[in-house]
Amino acid sequence: MVPAATTAWALSQAPGVVAGSPARLHIPWAREFHLVLAFRMDVLGLVMTLIAAGIGTLILIYCARYFTDAEPGLGRFAGVLTAFAGSMMGLVLADDLIQLYIYWELTTVFSYLLIGHYTERRDSRRAAMTALTVTTLGGLAMLTGAVMLGESAGSYLISDLLADPPSGPLVSTALVLILAGALSKSAITPFSLWLPAAMQAPTPVSGYLHAAAMVKAGVYLIARLAPAFNDVAVWQYTTLALGTVTMVAAGWTALRQNDLKLLLAYGTVSQLGFLTALLGAGTRDAALAGLAMLCAHAVFKAPLFLVVGIIDHSTGTRDLRELSGLRTSMPVVFWTSVLAAASMAGLPPMAGFAAKEAAFGALVHAGGPLYTAALAGVVLGSVFTVGYSLRFLWGAFFTKPEVPTTPVHTPDALFVAPAVVLAALGTIGGPLAAAVDPVLAEYADTVAFNAGNDPAHLALWHGLNLPLVLSLLCVLGGLGLFGARSAVAWAGNRFEFTDPHTIYRRALSGVNTFAIQVTGSTQRGSLPLYLGTILISLLAVSAAMIVRGPIWGIDLPPVRIWDSPLQLIPAAVIVVAALWALLVRSRLFAVVLVGVTGYGTATLFLLHGGPDLALTQFLVETVSLVAFVLVLRRLPARFSTPVLRTRRLANLVIGAATGLLVATMAYVALAGRQTEAISHGMPAAAEEAGGHNIISVILVDLRAWDTMGEISVLAVAGAGVASLMFVRRRALPTRLRLRASREQSAVLLPTTPVPSAAPADSAQAPWRPSALQFAPRQLSVQARWNPIWLTGALTLSAERRSIVFEVIARLLFPVIIVLSLFLLVTGHSQVGGGFAGGIVAGLGLMVRYLAGGRYELYAASPVTPGVLIGLGLATATATAVAGAVIGTEVLQAGTWDLHLPLMEPVHLSSTLLFDFGVYLLVIGLILDILRSLGARIDEQLEEHPKTGRTDQAEEATA
Amino acid sequence: MSAPGFILVIAVAVLYSSGFYLLLQRSLMRVVFGITALGHAANISLLLTDEAITLPPLLTGHEGELSDPLPQAMTLTAIVITFGVTTFLLALAYRVWLGDGNDEVPNDVEDRRIKQLSEPEDSA
Repeated sequence: MVPAATTAWALSQAPGVVAGSPARLHIPWAREFHLVLAFRMDVLGLVMTLIAAGIGTLILIYCARYFTDAEPGLGRFAGVLTAFAGSMMGLVLADDLIQLYIYWELTTVFSYLLIGHYTERRDSRRAAMTALTVTTLGGLAMLTGAVMLGESAGSYLISDLLADPPSGPLVSTALVLILAGALSKSAITPFSLWLPAAMQAPTPVSGYLHAAAMVKAGVYLIARLAPAFNDVAVWQYTTLALGTVTMVAAGWTALRQNDLKLLLAYGTVSQLGFLTALLGAGTRDAALAGLAMLCAHAVFKAPLFLVVGIIDHSTGTRDLRELSGLRTSMPVVFWTSVLAAASMAGLPPMAGFAAKEAAFGALVHAGGPLYTAALAGVVLGSVFTVGYSLRFLWGAFFTKPEVPTTPVHTPDALFVAPAVVLAALGTIGGPLAAAVDPVLAEYADTVAFNAGNDPAHLALWHGLNLPLVLSLLCVLGGLGLFGARSAVAWAGNRFEFTDPHTIYRRALSGVNTFAIQVTGSTQRGSLPLYLGTILISLLAVSAAMIVRGPIWGIDLPPVRIWDSPLQLIPAAVIVVAALWALLVRSRLFAVVLVGVTGYGTATLFLLHGGPDLALTQFLVETVSLVAFVLVLRRLPARFSTPVLRTRRLANLVIGAATGLLVATMAYVALAGRQTEAISHGMPAAAEEAGGHNIISVILVDLRAWDTMGEISVLAVAGAGVASLMFVRRRALPTRLRLRASREQSAVLLPTTPVPSAAPADSAQAPWRPSALQFAPRQLSVQARWNPIWLTGALTLSAERRSIVFEVIARLLFPVIIVLSLFLLVTGHSQVGGGFAGGIVAGLGLMVRYLAGGRYELYAASPVTPGVLIGLGLATATATAVAGAVIGTEVLQAGTWDLHLPLMEPVHLSSTLLFDFGVYLLVIGLILDILRSLGARIDEQLEEHPKTGRTDQAEEATA
Repeated sequence: MSAPGFILVIAVAVLYSSGFYLLLQRSLMRVVFGITALGHAANISLLLTDEAITLPPLLTGHEGELSDPLPQAMTLTAIVITFGVTTFLLALAYRVWLGDGNDEVPNDVEDRRIKQLSEPEDSA
């Protein structure tokens, strides 16, 4: 239905198009890239639309009889075929190179699905893959060419290109690439192998894709661009030469085929070569002949394919050695084929005859050695065409004495009708040639060059002239070839070129092997090697730029040693610690040294006028240090044996050079700075926002989006840490309910044996009932006041407890929490903020964990870190969204003044709520770290005191 | 505009150098250290965009030139993000140790397989 409607629409547009006003449609799409959805229908587009949609309609009717309703995958087939028709429409109507490419590849994909329709057949799948590989290869080349062409012309609109064609070597290269696409699509040598292989497809597909529609896409593209580039030498030579060669070679191959469908397939390749040569020839007459031939080919090749389908369907074979006597049993089909084959052979009065006459005439008149050579080739090809047309008719229908008459079940009328309609069109096309001429001339006239001749016209009878003689020669030659058909087939087989499929397979496996070798030799799988390569590349590229670049011309301000002599101390500490950290082999020591560089950095921040930075850096460094130490409890004390000395030296050189490079770049960039800082307005903005701490205002108000992103990263990092540590399960403290009463808590603690390094007879050993088996010599009862400062600490073995630490932790914890809240609230006007506050609170938890062990940690925080992180994120997000709901935009801040008794008015801002979200999230993150790297590792240590690894290794591999 | 203090540039250079060197090591723990060092180096470089030592960016009413708050805000964000990333890498390194018994980066298995494919005579 859809193709039929398209045909009707195209016909309704036809008068306007023929009158010289193409139908156009422009929909701007991505303006920044100059991409528009542009459609334009001129005569060429109209002809192609009629061919693709009209034949598509007939093919779908034909399909209704070709397939039975029980055919598997029929629904998919119908959908894909219709989708293919749609992409074909887009292809011929697109007025934009990129858009054209998209439709181009769509037809490739759909043709892949259609060729591979019989998914259960291996040959079918392989043929589909071959077609896909070859045409996609060409398609990619074409895309490159299209981009080059569009860029050099400044427009991707084909109508612009035609109106004002660019030129130059770049354009020539682009044209070669586009030709590669066009030729591969139209199965021209050297890309012709896929089309015969694609005959694995159901016959309607072959009739549509491989006769009327898809293979014409390449020819269409050549015809489309010919008016602009007909005078480019590389374009002209390539199309003429390859087209002619294809025509002759494929025609020769067709002469010895026994499979009717393959015969037609090689015939199609041959005709496509003919079309390519004509449309690329570059003269007006040749273009006219080419377009006429295009129409004629569509209406004679498609019915022939349909006939093959009917024969296959009715007799069960399409091998011409097994068919006999169909002329009498299927007369309608026979006469249809006669008409179509006559048109193919170029016999009067068919459309094929008129087109072929015009082609010969155009090449004769063009003169010149190039055209003469092409003419010779085309005539030879036409001789072969006549020969294989006869072979087709003879093979399919005639009675062969040595073959028994083939039994036939008669096809019904609807099955045959599409072929009849098309063949009839081809028959009336000849007498009507003169009438069609002005329409096709509309396109042909866009090709300006005509070798100094008057424009030719299509007609059935031109008088007695050279083309007619040549046509006669073709018919005679064809008859001769048919007469000697067995000798021809023998010669063809005897002097066969190398099988193109072998070449294709070798090329593919060659590419595969090459890819493996390249990958194998470059991807060694070593991370340091990759990183080193990246850094060396960075060094090499930058070195080249520095040597050549204008960097030497910058006048730098005089070198200053320092901003303040005080900076010398932290700077020296950093340098020493950083270098020392490279040498040490003890992990713990390395951690401490890295921590020292962090504290040094924090000191520098402080000296540089950034107390907020310094505070955060100190806190973060402390938490990091603890986290590292918690993990290092489990790892070997020393780094493993060093790598080769040479490798180490090389790493050292790379590292030093890169560091020097980056620092130099930073120095030059900063010293050569030309513009003022952009933060002039920020103090005023902060004042307006009601905050005195500009950094805090930036973080929670001016650039709150950044902070949103940042806390999201933190949340993800927290989740990542937890999931890495609790792959099997999360240690849920909910199983353990700590009560205030210490007796109960002691009872409820888990029964896991507490590891004790001390020997059992030590005085500090846990009390055991078995000790009472032997009465001690002296039994003295001591009353001891044994207060419990941290309930969770009871689970620790005595030698791991430190009463002082417990007391301090107990006393300090509320203070720390209050301090953290203070930092949070004052962050807006003083040093502090959500981050600093959160980390301080986290440190409080950390102290309790370190003093009291993991149960103390569980006791200290009744909620899981996930809850805290989620709550923090939700609070921040809610504030942000509230800004959008109440105010005008997301994250907009609002302020209120809160008057409480006995206090100065408190200035409250919604940013405080936002900061509170950050605060919660940071606490959650640290709690997460303590649980994962602290408590979880504790658990593992208790499960496997020696290594703690055994189970985990299994767990990791499971 | 004046140049950044040379002392600090040296410190940055050393931090970057040791960071990159540590990054090139096999031991994951050292790689994590390297990333920490790179983070410090980047943070100090950010701070260098500000001219010299000035008053902190607090509107306290004191007279004098305030330091540029923008790089400080960026640095603050950077510190926290580096912390998150470092912690994650730390957990990752530990996890690798749990699985492999060492915290070294092994050669990529898939790459080794391809290498064997490309040299069939070696594997045979």
